[in-house]
Amino acid sequence: MGNLSQSRAQTLEKVRASLALRYRKERRFRFYGAASVVFGLLLVILLFGSIFGNGYTAFWQTQMQLDIYFDPQIIDPDNTGDPKIIGRANFAKLARHSLAELFPEVSGRRDRRSLNALLSSGAGFQLRKMILNDPELIGETLRLWLPADDEVDMLVKGYVDRTLPQGSRRLKDRQIEWIDELAAQGRIERQFNTAFFTSGDSREPELAGIGSAAKGSLFMLLITLSLSFPLGVAVAVYLEEFAPKNRWSNIIEVNINNLAAVPSIVYGLLGLAVFINFFGLPRSAPLVGGLVLTLMTLPTIIIAARASIKSVPPSVREAALSIGASRMQTIFHHVVPLAMPGMLTGAIIGMARALGESAPLLMIGMIAFIVEMPSTPMDPATALPVQVYLWADSPERAFAERTSAAIIVLLVFLLVMNGAAIWLRKKFERRW
Amino acid sequence: MRTSTLLLILATMAIVAFMLGRQRSIAAAGGYRSIRKLHSLPKYYGYYTAIWCVAPGLVAIVLWLAMADALIVRTVVASLPEALRHAPDAQLSLIINDIKNMAAAQFVNPNRGAEFAVAADLYNSLHQSARWVLSGLIVALGLAGFGLAWFRLSPRFRARNRVESVIRVGLIVASMVAILTTVGILLSVLFEALRFFQKVPVSDFLFGLTWSPQTALRADQVGSSGSFGMIPLFAGTLLISFIAMLVALPVGLMTAIFLSEYASASMRAWIKPILEILAGVPTVVYGYFAALTVAPLLRDIGSLAGLDVASESALGAGLVMGIMIIPFVSSLSDDVINAVPQAMRDGSYGLGATHSETIRKVVLPAALPGIVGSALLAVSRAIGETMIVVMAAGLAANLTANPLQAVTTVTVQMVTLLVGDQEFDSAKTLAAFALGLVLFVVTLLLNVIALRVVNKYREQYE
Repeated sequence: MGNLSQSRAQTLEKVRASLALRYRKERRFRFYGAASVVFGLLLVILLFGSIFGNGYTAFWQTQMQLDIYFDPQIIDPDNTGDPKIIGRANFAKLARHSLAELFPEVSGRRDRRSLNALLSSGAGFQLRKMILNDPELIGETLRLWLPADDEVDMLVKGYVDRTLPQGSRRLKDRQIEWIDELAAQGRIERQFNTAFFTSGDSREPELAGIGSAAKGSLFMLLITLSLSFPLGVAVAVYLEEFAPKNRWSNIIEVNINNLAAVPSIVYGLLGLAVFINFFGLPRSAPLVGGLVLTLMTLPTIIIAARASIKSVPPSVREAALSIGASRMQTIFHHVVPLAMPGMLTGAIIGMARALGESAPLLMIGMIAFIVEMPSTPMDPATALPVQVYLWADSPERAFAERTSAAIIVLLVFLLVMNGAAIWLRKKFERRW
Repeated sequence: MRTSTLLLILATMAIVAFMLGRQRSIAAAGGYRSIRKLHSLPKYYGYYTAIWCVAPGLVAIVLWLAMADALIVRTVVASLPEALRHAPDAQLSLIINDIKNMAAAQFVNPNRGAEFAVAADLYNSLHQSARWVLSGLIVALGLAGFGLAWFRLSPRFRARNRVESVIRVGLIVASMVAILTTVGILLSVLFEALRFFQKVPVSDFLFGLTWSPQTALRADQVGSSGSFGMIPLFAGTLLISFIAMLVALPVGLMTAIFLSEYASASMRAWIKPILEILAGVPTVVYGYFAALTVAPLLRDIGSLAGLDVASESALGAGLVMGIMIIPFVSSLSDDVINAVPQAMRDGSYGLGATHSETIRKVVLPAALPGIVGSALLAVSRAIGETMIVVMAAGLAANLTANPLQAVTTVTVQMVTLLVGDQEFDSAKTLAAFALGLVLFVVTLLLNVIALRVVNKYREQYE
């Protein structure tokens, strides 16, 4: 007995002695867990912070106020009134004249050229559009806001270090003086950048926009949704309600699970080999992109739809069958409508994935330089994430800003879609 | 007549057939009040008539789209002068291309003679008349089908069963799409890869140590050896995936442990969705983040420490890829940890173990197979990831284990080989498909193993 109590005492002592160490270990372990959660949260903040911080300024664009005299001598010297002749006129010259009037002391070709470089090459297009819309304006003088060059934009936004020696920045000292003078006259202002949302790609950052890319993405998403949702629901209904439990349905099931994990770039190879080379569909077309994304999102939608059908309790089916509905009627009148919120949630999540996907689109040639808006799904187009990829390669500082801004737009779309999915799930979630 | 017009005609025919069929069934029953005499609801008779009216036409359109052009081209070729008709295959396809271009009035090859203009006219007129024949055929088939259905309709006719079996066939066809996709992937990749292996031996591709896909245009060209050894690409892929897993596995696992074992329910409800945002961010955004923020940061840190870090280092790409995978690992491990029965934890607490001892000695060993499975899934994800490495990893195929140097990956090379002009007879373009085949097989194997491991484990506790 004495021996036993002695050994118990020893054990107790050992335990007590080790307790401090064990509690320390416990705290350390818990700290590691908390640290990795905090690390993850910090990463979210860092990622969003760096992109938002880089990009929010792109939603404003520096404009220059000039008094434009629509000189008939330049626009339409023979007074023909023919839109073809007017369309060919040198409208950039009008803006240049007006700029030269503001700085009469500037002379010499080089100086004048660097003065003209302050204006965007898009200024001429804007004037041309105004005149073509309303030829009555010829001969009048208007005070207009015209886009400034991207270098001016960067200076006004404070991205250019004025203290650098002249050689290591792209704006010369004289140009900065002029800009400051214009700003002092109130002729330089940052305005909301509508062109960023409406125009297509451009080599000039101040003219480049996400309009055509967004439209390409829209076409692709419409095609993807209209094909993958009905198909996905049909497959899910078949597998859950009709398929006999045999080797075939087993193969289909394993197949779908594996397809969900195939790298997206392989779907691009499929699109290139089958849709473009074999069926001869046009390259760079949203139609092909939509088909590829359909195949890619199909497994996601099928898996979500199956889970959703599975969660409808058998009592619903039995009740419908017992009052004489056929199996088809039971499924399409009762089970599918009850499972619809879950299916829609899956579809939205699949669409969000499709919207952010770019690797397969590179394979089927959707990385062309697209200025025009695509008007049908057969026209060459690009997509929002691909536009991000294209701009990310451009060396100009102004494009870095625009890349981040395009990402912000993309992320807003994704957040809205995912938010809608969560809202749908919360609103229609039913516990049976 | 365009295909969309034809489809519109079909749709109109379907609607008319539906209404007529429905009307007829009601009339056959002797008015709306006595439709109880019908076997099925009136609308099923409508559906039945519409299906008979439209389905043959749809089949005709599909067959026409698939075959008409080839038939017409053959007729046009047969009408060409003797000399042109017997040209070798490659030239013949050029000739056909020119004729098609002329027919579409896109581009007239000035080197082609008058016989081409004739052929183009023939091509156009054949297409035109084929369209008219097709439209006539569709209407005729529609009327015939409609007539057939019309005479079959009677109160005892089991229309619902017929319609339902058509729907059922439709469902089966839909689920074939999943299999067709796999077959399509396999065939397209395999077919082009086999053509590649005719030019480059399989052993050179699988075990070669140099990758420089610039094939020589001229025989005497310098520096364009065109060697296709994929070992450096695969080594680069594995290096970047390894770095990614070094980040993602500990962080993801500890996050999952903290959220499922320590965090309160309300905390979990807030933190989980925020971390899942990371999973929803498009990979191109991660690539931009890697190139713009992480790579310069690493270079600055490296120069402070006296190390020479390449601006497209494997470390940068791997770190960012790891960030992308964190939510993937943590949500999968979370499921697995939650599946461990509470009784096992309670037993451990009862013996006096602390919380962390229970987790490390009981929960984790029990969950280990599932965690291994999710890690394998994460690896397969990392290997197949494209945009991050395209934007943040290098292009030069260095065979190195130094994470500070630039390496390239399988996916990067696939993108660089296929973006821009493609020639489907050069080894350079075909090499992308061979790489795709390797990628597909490797990720497939990883997924099959991982799914099997996870499923086996789940069965143990459920």
